[in-house]
Amino acid sequence: MRSRSADPVVKPVLIRIAGLAASVVIVLWGAATLAFLAFRVIPGDPVSVMLGPQAQVSEAVKDGIRADLGLDRPPLEQYFSYLWQLLQGNLGESYQLRLPVTEVIGRQLGATVQLTSLALVIAVVLALAVALFARGRVSRGIVAGVELVVLSSPVFWIGILLLSVFAFGLGWFPVSGTRNPATIVLPAITLALPVAALLGQVLRDGIEAAERQPWATTVRARGAGQVRLTAHHTLRHGAAGALTLAAYLVGSLLGGAVLVETVFARPGLGRVTLSAITDRDLPVITGVILFSALVFVVVNLIVELLYPVLDPRLRRIDVRRVREVGA
Amino acid sequence: MSALAVQNLSVAMRGTMLVDGVSFEVASGECLAIVGESGAGKTLTASALLGLTPDAARVTADVLSVDGVDARGFSETDWRELRGDKVGLVSQDALVSLDPLRRVGAEVAEPLAIHTRLSRSERRDRVIELLEAVSMTDAARRAGQYPHELSGGLRQRALIASALAGQPAVLVADEPTTALDATVQARVLALLRSIADAGTAVVFISHDIAAVRRVADRVMVMRAGRVIEQGAVADVFAAPQEEYTRALIAATTHEPRSDRFGLGDAVLTAVEVSKTFSGVPAVDDASFTLLQGQTLGIVGESGSGKTTLARMIVGVERPDSGELRWSGGTHRVQLVHQNPLGAFDPRWTIGRSLREALEAGGVPRSVRAARVAALMAEVGLEPALARRRPAELSGGQRQRAAIARALAADPDVLVLDEPVSALDPSVREKVLQLLGRLQHDRELTMIFISHDLDVVAAVSDDVLVMQDGVVVEQGPVAAVFAAPQHPFTQELLAASAGGV
Amino acid sequence: MSASARPDIARRMGVSRPANASRRVLLWAALAVLAVVAVMAVFPSLIATHDPLRTDVRAALEAPSPAHLFGTDQSGRDVFSRVVYGAGRSVGIGLLATGLALVIGLVVGALSGVAPRAVDATAMRITDVLLAFPEFLVALVVVAILGPGPTNVAIAVTIAAVPVYVRLARVQTRSLALAEHVEAARILGVPRMRAFVRHVVPGVLGSLSVLATIGIGSSILAAAGLSFLGLGPIEPSPEWGLMLSGGRNVLGTAWWIAVFPGVAITLTVVSATIVGRGLRARAEGRG
Repeated sequence: MRSRSADPVVKPVLIRIAGLAASVVIVLWGAATLAFLAFRVIPGDPVSVMLGPQAQVSEAVKDGIRADLGLDRPPLEQYFSYLWQLLQGNLGESYQLRLPVTEVIGRQLGATVQLTSLALVIAVVLALAVALFARGRVSRGIVAGVELVVLSSPVFWIGILLLSVFAFGLGWFPVSGTRNPATIVLPAITLALPVAALLGQVLRDGIEAAERQPWATTVRARGAGQVRLTAHHTLRHGAAGALTLAAYLVGSLLGGAVLVETVFARPGLGRVTLSAITDRDLPVITGVILFSALVFVVVNLIVELLYPVLDPRLRRIDVRRVREVGA
Repeated sequence: MSALAVQNLSVAMRGTMLVDGVSFEVASGECLAIVGESGAGKTLTASALLGLTPDAARVTADVLSVDGVDARGFSETDWRELRGDKVGLVSQDALVSLDPLRRVGAEVAEPLAIHTRLSRSERRDRVIELLEAVSMTDAARRAGQYPHELSGGLRQRALIASALAGQPAVLVADEPTTALDATVQARVLALLRSIADAGTAVVFISHDIAAVRRVADRVMVMRAGRVIEQGAVADVFAAPQEEYTRALIAATTHEPRSDRFGLGDAVLTAVEVSKTFSGVPAVDDASFTLLQGQTLGIVGESGSGKTTLARMIVGVERPDSGELRWSGGTHRVQLVHQNPLGAFDPRWTIGRSLREALEAGGVPRSVRAARVAALMAEVGLEPALARRRPAELSGGQRQRAAIARALAADPDVLVLDEPVSALDPSVREKVLQLLGRLQHDRELTMIFISHDLDVVAAVSDDVLVMQDGVVVEQGPVAAVFAAPQHPFTQELLAASAGGV
Repeated sequence: MSASARPDIARRMGVSRPANASRRVLLWAALAVLAVVAVMAVFPSLIATHDPLRTDVRAALEAPSPAHLFGTDQSGRDVFSRVVYGAGRSVGIGLLATGLALVIGLVVGALSGVAPRAVDATAMRITDVLLAFPEFLVALVVVAILGPGPTNVAIAVTIAAVPVYVRLARVQTRSLALAEHVEAARILGVPRMRAFVRHVVPGVLGSLSVLATIGIGSSILAAAGLSFLGLGPIEPSPEWGLMLSGGRNVLGTAWWIAVFPGVAITLTVVSATIVGRGLRARAEGRG
């Protein structure tokens, strides 16, 4: 009996994973192609842009640079060699720094990962605390107001405020420097606040919506109290709703990291990205964009796989099993 | 001593008395039904028995005794001990009354987790026992499934099992079978009866008199928060003392229409009409004839294909195979929708929607206002309602407005899809009378779709019985209902006849 | 399983609650703030106390006082006047980007809603990918490609704003086109095009307008972020994000240079959001 019922369950799952993998590849390919096209479409000769308006260089030298960078070959050839390089994990070489892009990104990645991870943890803890404990009408109103202000404030301004009050003002935290582990606290909190506001709102709304459902009445009718209702039932519903946010929150963290690192003068991808943009260092920019796309896609994949775990209604079931005899 | 004793129960909210001086008793092994229309206060009374009334409600009673415990002035903590242990609740529609993210077994086991000290494996065994007690086949497997994986009837049984897990002395069932198909309904009602017979005091709340007849020993009729009448089911239904009770009963039972003569020629002939949606046949080789001036009833459960057939007749869908042959000149066919709230543009006033219908029918602008007034008068709506939006009308008024709009196009064939299903019995009666009058005045040919056999019997000349897209039986309504040939028709009739 | 309209905007829309006294007060306060900001944007000279570009090195880094309401910056320029003059730039970009994005989004979304399935599906897939990113990030990528500069920032913020409107326009168009009451109208005999225009378009326009009021806030934040990073207007332009960047360097000694422009941004966005929610509550109450 087992083998007959295992097949309808396993096959759809495999098909689903294959489908997800395929879409991952397609999105990454799409991002790479878009990046390639984007830089070819913008006006201006990349070499001139790279050298800057001040440079007094002869055409011969420019041609030499162009040949060096492979920019004189036919576009289609450039495209394929570009894709081929990407597959090998080669993102090219930075115009400015003359270093492989992978190295440029790799060196600064650690600091950003530290910051965003800590921020994420703080945000989740904050959001859970608010969602679970701010239940009364007054506290809910206050929390909603705070969330609105936090989401309406530029994250870099929040950082400036925190710096102003806690570092310069009260002196609780050091203003800058990377040696001291305490320097990560304010930036992490700054980065975490908007994320926590959004997450907290979604969690709270999800829990409240769940509590208004008919099944919540059934749970209460069994003698369950608020604690049981939340812990065993509504929290899961709220979390399922919050999961839809995961990819967006990652994006928020990445974008916010650029701003926060600038405010607190911290090393990291933010610094790399910013100097690449101002210097028009196209390979590095492309590299960062592709890297972000990769992170994004991975997060999306994880979320897609987690959905059916949280919400059994989304699991592919054999339709025949439902229509069985017996009322 | 009775398992449940209530005296002078009152529930007030924001100054209004929603339940006023209700008193009743239920003994172990007895089933008391509370009937009434919407707004009668039935559900609020039921909530009061579990302490689940809204926060804004004030509940007072001279006596409120649940399994011997005086529950007056109970705090939330006190009620939590009672709920699930001494009194259980079964609600409507298990699809939304069970936590969709939890397995059925976990839901059934929850009262045990709350009120007993049983270990996890002991709870698991008990759950299987409980599921078997409600006649659930393959209980062990079902316990590991999720609510959406079970059919409607099985889900409702699981819900009942979870309410009984704590072995409460009192079971409050609030419209437990309303969302189920007729055949499934009958079986769940039988289960409830057996629960009562086993010793539980059952309070059965319903607006369905037929269901009450099957399940209850005594019945209490409520209206606007007060008890109108109460007594043994047989007594109250055979010889109601109060006028309201009489009207209520009359509204829910109908005599089948006697044969009508003088019907005209065939207006529509359907020949093996079929329609498939993504591989699933919605209508399968349906054939019938519609005569001028006739009312054809189409009856069947949800998913039987009635609505698809209606849409093909109106012209919104086209049959995949077969033919719908219209004869005797051009015919204007209009549809009265199942859901009038959805069929009107919510931002427009009723008057504006009617004017739009008139415009589409080619009525010149100058006479439109007068026609709107005439149409509204014809369906019995006050002219002032034309300035309201659909959401601001009552269910009955909306239905009349929908009929008025369909009439604006001056049809000679009217298709009505479940026009009275969502209405209270007394309102239903009035709308059915209106339809009868309209048919007579305008010489309409009608197609009347419903899942309610009673209503179809009262208004139709001929009837089509559909199951899973197939017309399993058809003929004059009196004949079909008196001597059904097909087993499905027999089942439908048995389920709705109230056990007689 | 992609997210619906951009989560931050959806969240800022808030849960619908019935109007009551305190909500009404809040709404009027927000409208008042927006009115002041509008005046600042269009007629800055009416409110500003000084010339925003006039330097006075002797009066540099002065704390807020009756003479200089928000203090002075490193070059002795009056911060208050700079904030006032900055309104035009910052709010202007928000309005421009939102307006353009709304029109583009409406056209693209509506067309997609009535287009054949395949076309619609591809368009929506692309939109969903874009929607999954916060507006600031998309704008940053566009600026990365186009290069820094105030025009490019405007273009970037506009492009970043488009996907939300596309999605909403498309969802509304599709659901309304299939809605029961539209079908009912057609059964009555109303011609297809007329039914569409009468019943579908007003609904779509309504929702988009509400979304736009709140979307202005998003665009303002994105533009300010880009300016803060130095990718937008350059000195001595009074622009709120840019002023924050300048103020950051002297935070220890002169907090007012960075704090007040930030207050201006926050107040404007909060007010726009509250007004947007109020609009939505009214639209829902009516419909």
